[in-house]
Amino acid sequence: MFSCRSAWLLALACVAADAALAQTRAAGGYPGIGRNATATEIAAWDIDVRPDFKGLPAGRGTVAQGQLLWEAQCAGCHGVFGESNEVFSPLVGGTTKKDIETGRVARLTDPGFPGRTTLMKLSQLSTLWDYINRAMPWTAPKSLSVDEVYAVTAYLLHLGDIVPANFELSQLNMREVQARLPNRNGQTTEHAKWPGPEFGTRRKPDVQGSACMVDCAVEPTLASYLPDHARNAHGNLANQQRAVGAQRGASTEPRPEQPSHQSLAAAQATPVRDLLQKNVCLACHQVDAKLVGPSLRAVADRHAGRPDARTYLAARIKGGSVGQWGTIPMPAQALSEADALAIAEWLVAGAKP
Amino acid sequence: MTTLSDRAGRGRLRPAPESFLDASAIATVQAEARGGRRDFLRRAVAAAAVTGGAGAAQAQTPGGGDPSILNLPEHTRALGQGVASEGYGKPSRFEVNLQRRQSPGLTQTRQSSVSFAPLQGLFGIVTPSGLHFERHHQGWWDIDPAQHRLMLNGSDATMLKRPMVFTLDELMRLPSMSRFHFIECGANTGMEWGNVAVPTVQYTHGMLSCSEFTGVPLITLLEMAGADWRRGKFVLAEGADGSSMTRTIPVELIRSGEVLVAYGQNGEMLRPENGYPLRLVVPGVQGVSWVKYLRRIELGDQPYASKDENVHYIDLMPDGRHRAYTSIQEVKSVITTPSGGQVLLDRGYYSLNGLAWSGRGKVTRVDVSVDGGRNWARARLQTPVMDKCLTRFSLDWAWNGDPALVMSRASDSSGQVQPAYAPLRAVRGRRSIYHNNAIQTWLVQAGGEVKNVQLS
Repeated sequence: MFSCRSAWLLALACVAADAALAQTRAAGGYPGIGRNATATEIAAWDIDVRPDFKGLPAGRGTVAQGQLLWEAQCAGCHGVFGESNEVFSPLVGGTTKKDIETGRVARLTDPGFPGRTTLMKLSQLSTLWDYINRAMPWTAPKSLSVDEVYAVTAYLLHLGDIVPANFELSQLNMREVQARLPNRNGQTTEHAKWPGPEFGTRRKPDVQGSACMVDCAVEPTLASYLPDHARNAHGNLANQQRAVGAQRGASTEPRPEQPSHQSLAAAQATPVRDLLQKNVCLACHQVDAKLVGPSLRAVADRHAGRPDARTYLAARIKGGSVGQWGTIPMPAQALSEADALAIAEWLVAGAKP
Repeated sequence: MTTLSDRAGRGRLRPAPESFLDASAIATVQAEARGGRRDFLRRAVAAAAVTGGAGAAQAQTPGGGDPSILNLPEHTRALGQGVASEGYGKPSRFEVNLQRRQSPGLTQTRQSSVSFAPLQGLFGIVTPSGLHFERHHQGWWDIDPAQHRLMLNGSDATMLKRPMVFTLDELMRLPSMSRFHFIECGANTGMEWGNVAVPTVQYTHGMLSCSEFTGVPLITLLEMAGADWRRGKFVLAEGADGSSMTRTIPVELIRSGEVLVAYGQNGEMLRPENGYPLRLVVPGVQGVSWVKYLRRIELGDQPYASKDENVHYIDLMPDGRHRAYTSIQEVKSVITTPSGGQVLLDRGYYSLNGLAWSGRGKVTRVDVSVDGGRNWARARLQTPVMDKCLTRFSLDWAWNGDPALVMSRASDSSGQVQPAYAPLRAVRGRRSIYHNNAIQTWLVQAGGEVKNVQLS
């Protein structure tokens, strides 16, 4: 081993090395990496609203204004009354005037009640405002103005009978409305599944398994299994297992000579199918059956004889449509002209699979 | 019902190499075996050959040998392909069955949905990146890393000494750390809370993956920004996608150095479906907190009640209350071979293989039962056994052809033992959706087909 004292040349090198190390230590970190965020940058991204309403911007919107926005931009997925189960889980329903008094949704204790709506679960009004503001509408998130977020929130609250029809929601009355949320007292942090003491004392896990090894007190009976008619519900399981090794997949196809993956692959290879998927058309339309909107085949049939069907349909796809197929409007779509025309051409040709 | 043991001594079902046997083919084999036919297997396999394979059985070797040995194949007699034919190599064409898959009817859109990893076909503990399960809330993106930024700010002006912005170039200059961790969706096995709902381990447990993640400890960045740990008790993580996913992240795991701002996954950059170019890694905590396309970290003095911690990812209890901020994935295991939807083609030796994991630490032991939980045997744990990481276990098993109820039970370094359905439901009911870590049971039927069952 050389020592730093052994030669002056080495000593010089050692001094330089020491200096470099000292520089690192003196900087106390990683010089040259990262920079200060500007106030404008922080304002552009720091959009969260907390339960104490920190971060909530000033603004206002009425139930009536919200209804217009809702029917144009929200009803397509959520239904005119927020009740739709077609695309997403229902937002509205299952809450009562009594729940608004108690702050606990009584139906959450009923195992027979079919589902849980957003208003049954929501305990913080800030959550609703924040989420609409950051992520809605689903295909054009962050496109609503602050006042529009207030208006849509007000309308949704009105659908749950939490605010009256003539209500205007603003940053001034959010706390009052919070005090009327049907499930505001319905959540707890009394559990052991948060690491750390922030929600109170640390708790022990609530369920512990048995470590019994021999002659354990169990009487195995089959309490639940898939019925035979559901064997093929997830497609042919034979095609979902490796074809070499200790086991194979069980064939669940009614007719094993026609593996389902071929027809599936054929369907996926259709370019229009990709366009419909990419542009989220299939969220509301099926090819052969009514979903939220009419079946695409029905659209094709209605306009079959129309000479300008191609451009007409492309314009409808891009611009949206109201009243042609019932009460739920189709919002304007942000797809390219080329995609709209390609889908329109496919419709004109009969919407063949 | 005919069972394999009925035919003991009269004939044995042998593996069919190119194909699988469906229920009718198995019945044919058994009927012909009872009738003393010696060519039963050849006929059965020919009947079951659906993909145009040769369907030749190895059971009989007429002419003194296996044609696969005696007839030299083309790959032994001709020139193969050159280097770099595939700039990025792909799995063999024979592996096409192992795909991420959706569970039919679970969601109406593919942008707000989940695809399940094919656990039934994976070895070891690492999930190939292309088979990693997916969960998107508003569709996935392939984001230009040169345009991506990470911002650190505080919930008020003094929470951080200096709010900061980092580029990927800068984050990747910092000292990195690579660690193996599992990621499991809080709703994994959620469809099974009430009763059996899906057929295979891909759908029961496939919202589970494990990778070697590479990145910078979040604590390093927060220290650079001068975090006030006296007041800062909660961290918000936010994504850059349309959903701008937000979750409150436990400070305890950040200060322990476990939480990573990750850009690497299994030796390469993150896949776009998994958050390219930046995601949070929160070991032991449910996947929803591993925010993808990470754009912002906020240190604050209160929790945030984001949509995915106030309306979703809340656990409904029998008293009608929801547990919020449930984060830790508790000790859990599942046998992956044999598992639902598979067919064992013969009696005799099998290695019962599976995966075990815990969000509270290391897996310390796994016990396996083949009689529905009356008796258990300790399984081998394959090394390395790592913290908050998948652990592979195995146990030797000689199947005698009788029906068997196969299950596994893991224990972890915090002393927790994986519960059966009965005690779990006694506390949490059947409607929780989230955090189902019950013992999984597979019924190996006499004919060799494996079914998903529950015993209570």
